[in-house]
Amino acid sequence: MMLPDFMMIVQSSEGLSILLWIIISVILLYMARKPAHEVLLSSSKILFHALRLLSSSILLAEKKLKERNKEVLLASGKEATERIIDREFERIDGFIKKDLARFPSLQREITDNVVKIDEDYRKSAEIPPAPPGWTKAIEPIAAIPPSEDSMVVDILKSIKETLDKGQEKALEAYRKSSKERHEYLTNMVPNLRHINQSVVELDKNVQVLLDRSATVDRHMDEYYEINNKTDKAAQMLSSSSMTQFFIAGFVLAIAIGGAFINFNLIARPMQEMVGGSVYMMGFKVADIAALVIILVEVSMGLFLMESMRITRLFPIIGALDDKIRIRMFIVSFGFLFLLAGVEAGLAYMRELLSADDAALVAGLLGGVAVEGADESGRWITTAAQMGMGFILPFALAFIAIPLESFIHSTRTVIGVLMVGFLRFLAVSLRFLGNASRYIGKSLVNLYDLLIFFPLWIEGFFMAKESAPEVEVAEVKKVTPKKSTVKKATAKAEVTPKSEEQL
Amino acid sequence: MRALIFSFIAVIGFSLSGCSNGDAPNKHQRGIYMLIDTSGTYTKELKKAQQIINYTLSQLESGDSFVVASIDTASFSEKDIIAKITFDDRPSKANQQKRAFQQKIATYVKGVKSSKYTDITGGILQATEYLNEKNSGMKTIMIFSDLKEEIKKGYVRDIPFSLDRYNVVALNVTKLRSDNVDPRKYMDRLKDWKQKVEVGGGTWDVINDLERLDKLIKE
Repeated sequence: MMLPDFMMIVQSSEGLSILLWIIISVILLYMARKPAHEVLLSSSKILFHALRLLSSSILLAEKKLKERNKEVLLASGKEATERIIDREFERIDGFIKKDLARFPSLQREITDNVVKIDEDYRKSAEIPPAPPGWTKAIEPIAAIPPSEDSMVVDILKSIKETLDKGQEKALEAYRKSSKERHEYLTNMVPNLRHINQSVVELDKNVQVLLDRSATVDRHMDEYYEINNKTDKAAQMLSSSSMTQFFIAGFVLAIAIGGAFINFNLIARPMQEMVGGSVYMMGFKVADIAALVIILVEVSMGLFLMESMRITRLFPIIGALDDKIRIRMFIVSFGFLFLLAGVEAGLAYMRELLSADDAALVAGLLGGVAVEGADESGRWITTAAQMGMGFILPFALAFIAIPLESFIHSTRTVIGVLMVGFLRFLAVSLRFLGNASRYIGKSLVNLYDLLIFFPLWIEGFFMAKESAPEVEVAEVKKVTPKKSTVKKATAKAEVTPKSEEQL
Repeated sequence: MRALIFSFIAVIGFSLSGCSNGDAPNKHQRGIYMLIDTSGTYTKELKKAQQIINYTLSQLESGDSFVVASIDTASFSEKDIIAKITFDDRPSKANQQKRAFQQKIATYVKGVKSSKYTDITGGILQATEYLNEKNSGMKTIMIFSDLKEEIKKGYVRDIPFSLDRYNVVALNVTKLRSDNVDPRKYMDRLKDWKQKVEVGGGTWDVINDLERLDKLIKE
């Protein structure tokens, strides 16, 4: 180590100069001990309080952000639940209009069938045959005591035959009427079946309605939870948002892959249309044009989904009159169809250009143009490319659905991440504040370590001076004054606090 | 307000024109100038030159420029240009141009006559003049020669090159009989050319193995 000339106190000895410089420094440091300690401690204190204040502010901001996130989450959850409930009611409405509209006619049918059955039942009732009127007339004759008189015997015989005949006739009539009644009963069976079918159908419809109402109840419960801003609802929605974020992100990544393939299909043939050597902002104009076509397709897809009310990224479209919305749907679909057609054409042109390039390269590198290559299977790739060129725009149109989920869930995810970041920042600042406080203390100790020698001498003399004072104090201790006790107590109270402050 | 509108239009125009003004080189366009040595027995090597030209044609795209010129007694002349082309914006048209270019070179190779002297410096000067005029972003001069320069008496060729942002590639630098006797001659020849080019601000490369042609056109 070489000291500069101006620092050489003793010109002949560098070591001595260094030693002298150390002694001078230690003496100066000892002299400046008190203000130096104050500077170190106050600096660390300022830093500590500043960082703590900053940390508290960030924690406050985090709390506000958390509340804001909850509000946003609940608002979006409320909107989504409202949509679901709306949709459920629409379904119920449709169901009632479609299936339960038949209810009056069904009721009429059942009533008609019941009336018919009632009539048949009445007709099938067994009416006891009326006793013939002449039986009373022959009762006196039947009361004639049996005799040998042949005339009486003949009369009785004749009466018996007549009675037998009458009985046969009555039996025949009874059988006929029974048969008719049975026929009525038999006719009742299909009516009963019909009634049964109608009732089963009715039961089924009512069951569907009950199921739907149960779903509505479930959603309504969720809605109440959200409306009451409970933590459970917020947690449920947050977890749902996270899931949505990852699923939508995954689907979007797939869609981007599709868009990339689509881009490659049309970028090369685009050079034929807009030139292959024109650049704009460092990018080929042909590439930009291809990208624009794809983005226009995606936009058309968005409008298509919006006009179908599948997505709600643009509330103004959803709020349009149905007639205008349908027109918008037709226009969007028309554009999408045209662009798909254009892409199919470009894909075909790409195939032609590829074939031309291949022939040229073969001609240049092989010396002769190759024309004899087997071209029979080429139509397959051409058809596949054209098919992809036509289908991919429609597939890209569906990006709108995951995009909507992604945008909505991203808001929540970013909010959660920001809350996490702010908390981390607050904790870090608090840690730094505490660290600065202890670093200040350590620096004070380090300072004292550098001037340990003068301190030791000071301690030595202080101890020497304080020795007789202790003796005097011991004598005074026997009769302590009230004021001294008070001062000592006050000092004892102050000391720990001040130490703590340090 | 008017100034604001003008500046806005200027910014848009500037952006749309590829953030470049008329003097700035178009960094996406490549300009290649190939010099073919037609002196003495080197004409026998022209088949290889044709292969290199064909390979180069296959690598070039729309907007690129390609010139093939011969090295003879006095190469600092447009008359030595065998074929030159700037490819059309449309790839299909560019392909047609490439075919025509290939045909032109094939015709030339068939009827080439050897020259007495080898004016490589004149050829390089002509190439720089042409490529500077073209203002391409990437400029390459390919020298298909044994690099043995023989200047006719009276011709002044002691001229320093100005080859800033140029890439000079020596192709198929064959060893002469004298090189075989003393290989240092060959090495010195290469070293001299390298020095000349690098002093002029360009980069120097040698490709003798035609299998390495993929490194011919650097991006």
